[in-house]
Parts: sequence; structure tokens; C-alpha cells
Amino acid sequence: MRRLEPAAITGVMSREAANFRTYWKATTFSSVLEPIVYLVAFGLGLGSTVVNRVDGLEYVEFVGTGMVATAVIFSSALPAMFGTFVKHRFQRTYDAILAAPVDVEELVTAEMLWIGLRAGFYGCFPLVVAMGFGLDPAPGMLLVPLFAFITALGFAAFGIAVAATVAKIDQFSYVTTLVVTPLFLVAGTFFPIDGLPQGFQVAAQLNPLHHLVELVRHASFGFEATDPIRVAALIVFAIVLWRVAVRRMTARLID
Amino acid sequence: MTHHTPYPQAVAAIELKAVVKRFGPITAVDGLDLEVPKGICLGLLGPNGAGKSTTMRLLTGQAIADSGEIRVLGHELPQEAKAARAEMGVVPQLDNLDIDVTVEDNLAVFARLYRVRDVRAAVERGLDLARLQARRRDAVDKLSGGMRRRLLLARGLVHRPPLMLMDEPTVGLDPQIRTELWSLIDGLRSGGTTILMSTHYIEEAERLADEVAVMAHGKVVARGRPADLIKQYAGRETAEVYGPPARLAEVRSVAEAQGLTVRPAGPAVAIVGAERAQDGAVPPDAVRRAASLEDVFVLLTGAEAE
Repeated sequence: MRRLEPAAITGVMSREAANFRTYWKATTFSSVLEPIVYLVAFGLGLGSTVVNRVDGLEYVEFVGTGMVATAVIFSSALPAMFGTFVKHRFQRTYDAILAAPVDVEELVTAEMLWIGLRAGFYGCFPLVVAMGFGLDPAPGMLLVPLFAFITALGFAAFGIAVAATVAKIDQFSYVTTLVVTPLFLVAGTFFPIDGLPQGFQVAAQLNPLHHLVELVRHASFGFEATDPIRVAALIVFAIVLWRVAVRRMTARLID
Repeated sequence: MTHHTPYPQAVAAIELKAVVKRFGPITAVDGLDLEVPKGICLGLLGPNGAGKSTTMRLLTGQAIADSGEIRVLGHELPQEAKAARAEMGVVPQLDNLDIDVTVEDNLAVFARLYRVRDVRAAVERGLDLARLQARRRDAVDKLSGGMRRRLLLARGLVHRPPLMLMDEPTVGLDPQIRTELWSLIDGLRSGGTTILMSTHYIEEAERLADEVAVMAHGKVVARGRPADLIKQYAGRETAEVYGPPARLAEVRSVAEAQGLTVRPAGPAVAIVGAERAQDGAVPPDAVRRAASLEDVFVLLTGAEAE
């Protein structure tokens, strides 16, 4: 049988879809509410008292677009980490799937695609919510789901690889504190990167989330010549992490 | 050690030759030779830790052997494991159903994973087999233990495979549910499905298996029809003697002096091959019964049966 059979991949995704039907309400609720809370707290609170304009943008415009990246990392890396660990260790779902004609590579690919699609969709929610707070729609925003999807693929693979590496679920705390939170804070979501010391600015260039933030802002307020390079970087990030995740999961799932 | 294979190789559904699988310092499967002819139910009988589950995982490609040859339905493993898995159904030892998802969705997902063309028809078949038509839209966690087990079995059969692997299919179930599953499995066997079933329940093997392979320490130590194995290893009759430990020790030493085999049997000792005993070896208050597969199992594996 061939590698990466579409039937195996869509089969695994259909399992995710069947599960999603049981919890979509909670996910949707928090995806709508979270940007509202942030926009009210930061945008209106901080924006009206301390900061008026950031990088030439209204604070609502700045944060509303930046928060797409926040939504993407929190709906890709974290579900991938916890979901993979739980499905492997507690529910033994992967044992069942791998007893069917599905191999680890197909399993990982399907899980990444599913999370990518989900995060691509929910990643747009902050943008839509921000429109309610005064962000103007722009045609470039139609590309945001695609940018969110590509970025989420990489972070989903990251989460899967982490889940396949840790021995206990508690160890996720190290990963969220040491990796996820810093990535999310120095992405340029709530404050511009160029105000930070040189070292942080260089680090931000290596942060996939920062490139997503920039792409979403440019999609809303005008693309720049370097944007294709950012997209390419996100694609490379996704492909590299995909291979790492397949490797780690093979080591974890096949004795 | 007896391997008897009265079937020609061409019709073997499963062939393992000199298979070794180590986990660090532990050798779980240690030079295993096993052949399962098409159309029979083979019971893989052995105590916990004998290597049964590892053998099952080797057959699905979820474990890779360190050495030896494995063929399943003509597919060379591990290279062709995916093709082999497409043609077999697996019933795992531990329930791994999606508990939040409905009964019918659990079946539908696996129908898709097994590339079944008519998913809807496969779901209906599965619901009929598991007798869960009335519960089809309920989430799995609303089902009783017995219903979940039936669903697990139906899920493994969703693509009507010619070969089924069942790893301890009734472990931890109460007797009534177990009997119910046995009749389902027996129905499959009558329908011509080849079954490899690991178990450490003697009764399960006795009821369902055409042939039994007794596994201990990672290899097959005896193989044959249950009646043949009993005759060969345990003779005709077993006598069980109950009493205080001192008495049991005395009974044992007298019987063993006559060359008889004596094994512990819970609170009693069992004198195996009691028909060959001479005067005095079998006390008058002993309970004589026909020799059983359990006698064979304990003699060969040294483990007390459940």
C-alpha cells in the first residue's frame, strides 16, 4: 500500500470530526469570548488611558489583528500536546487506529491537518470580533485563514512531537512556560517588537508567531514585499516540524 | 516440546518463524514458531507475561521483531503490515472506543479507516451484530460494560475480515457477559473466519479453540487440539486432595515417589495421571475428575490458572 493514502488521512480526520461534534459549542464559545475580553481589557482600558496609537494603528486595530496569532497558537500547540498525549496514553485511541490500515505518518499528518483547519477557522475569530470594535474589513483578510492554517500546522506538529517525547503529562508545564508563553509574548501581539532590545528583535524573527502577526496586519493594512518570504518561512517551519513529529511518534507508538 | 502442524503451509493465515522480540533486558518473545491454518480458531494460552500481547502487536506491525520471519495472509511483515492490517480485524484487550462519540459514529469511523465502500451498510451490520440498534445514537459512555465489549468486537469486524486477532477478548468481564461474547465469537468461527485469540482463561480456550498453543516465556511449549494435549500431558484422570498443608505435603511426596506429577490447585493438590497411581498414592477421600486443559496448562507453564 502507498504512503500517505488520502483514505487513511480522511478516515482519521473523520474521527476528529465525530469527536468535535460533541464539544464544538465550548470551543466556539471561548473563541468568541476570549478576544472580546482581551480587546476590552487591553484595547479599551490600556488603549484609552496610556496608549493611543501603536505603529500608526488604533490599539484595537493593532491588538485585534495581533490576536489572530494568539488564537492560532492556543488552538494548535496546546490541543496537539494534550490531545495527543490523552489519545495515546489514556484513551488508547492510537492503538485502535494503528491496528487498522493506517500508519504513523498518516496518523500524524491527519491530526496536523485537522488541527490546522480548526485553528485556521477559529484563528479568524479575533479579526471578526475586532471588526465589531471598529476594525475595517479589507480584501487581504481573506488570506488570513490560509496564513493561520499554515502556522497552525507547524505548531500542531510541535505539540504532537512534545507529547510523543514527555514521560508524564505534568511536563507540559515546562513547555508552556518556557516555549509557548514566550513565543506568544514576543510575537508583537500586544506591543510592537521594534521597541524591544536588539536581542529580542532577533529572537522575534525566529518566532513563527511573529511572522503570522505581521502577515495578518499586512493583510489588513497593506502587504509588504517581504511577506512571501514570511509565508515561505512558515511553510518550512511546518514541514520540518511535521517530520520531527512523525519521527517522535513512530518512536513512541511502534515498539 | 511438540509442534504438530497437520495442515499444509500454503493455507496458513499466520506464520511466525523463530521470532524474537526484546524490550531492553527483557525478551518478551523468544524464538517463537507459530502457524495458524486458515479457518480455525487458535487459542494462545499462557500466563501473564508469556508474550501473548507482544505476539499480537507483532502481527499488526505495532511492534517490530528483532529477528525471525512473520507472514500474515501472505504479507511479509513488517514491510507489508498495512496491507495485512487491511485484511484483519483486531479486538484489543483494553477498551479503546471513543467514549463521547455515538455508537454509530464509532463504527462509521472504523469503516472509513478500513476503506469500506458502503459505510452506511457496514454500520448497520455492526449495529446488528452488537445488538445495539436501539442505542445507536447514544454516546459510548452511556453503554454498559457488556455492550461496549460487543461494540468493540463489531468494530473489529466492520470490514468483514477473513482473520481476527483477539487479545484477551473477555478479560475482566463478569461470567454472563463472557458467555454472551463467546457465542458471538463462536458464530464467527462457524462462519469460516480464522481467529487467533490470546487468553489466560482456560475455559475460554476449551470452549472456543479448535487448537491451543500454550505459551510460556516467549515461546510455544505445546500445541494441539485440547483433547490431544490433555491425553498427552495429563493422562485421563486427575485426583484432587484437600486438607491441611502438612497432609498435602505428605500426599505429594507419596505420589511423586510413584513418578506421578502433582501440582498445586488453590487450596488442594492435584495428582495428575491418577489412573496410573498404585495403592496408597491417591487417598480414598480424593476427588477424582477427568483430566483437563487446566492440568496441562499448569504442568507446562508452572502458573496456576484462572
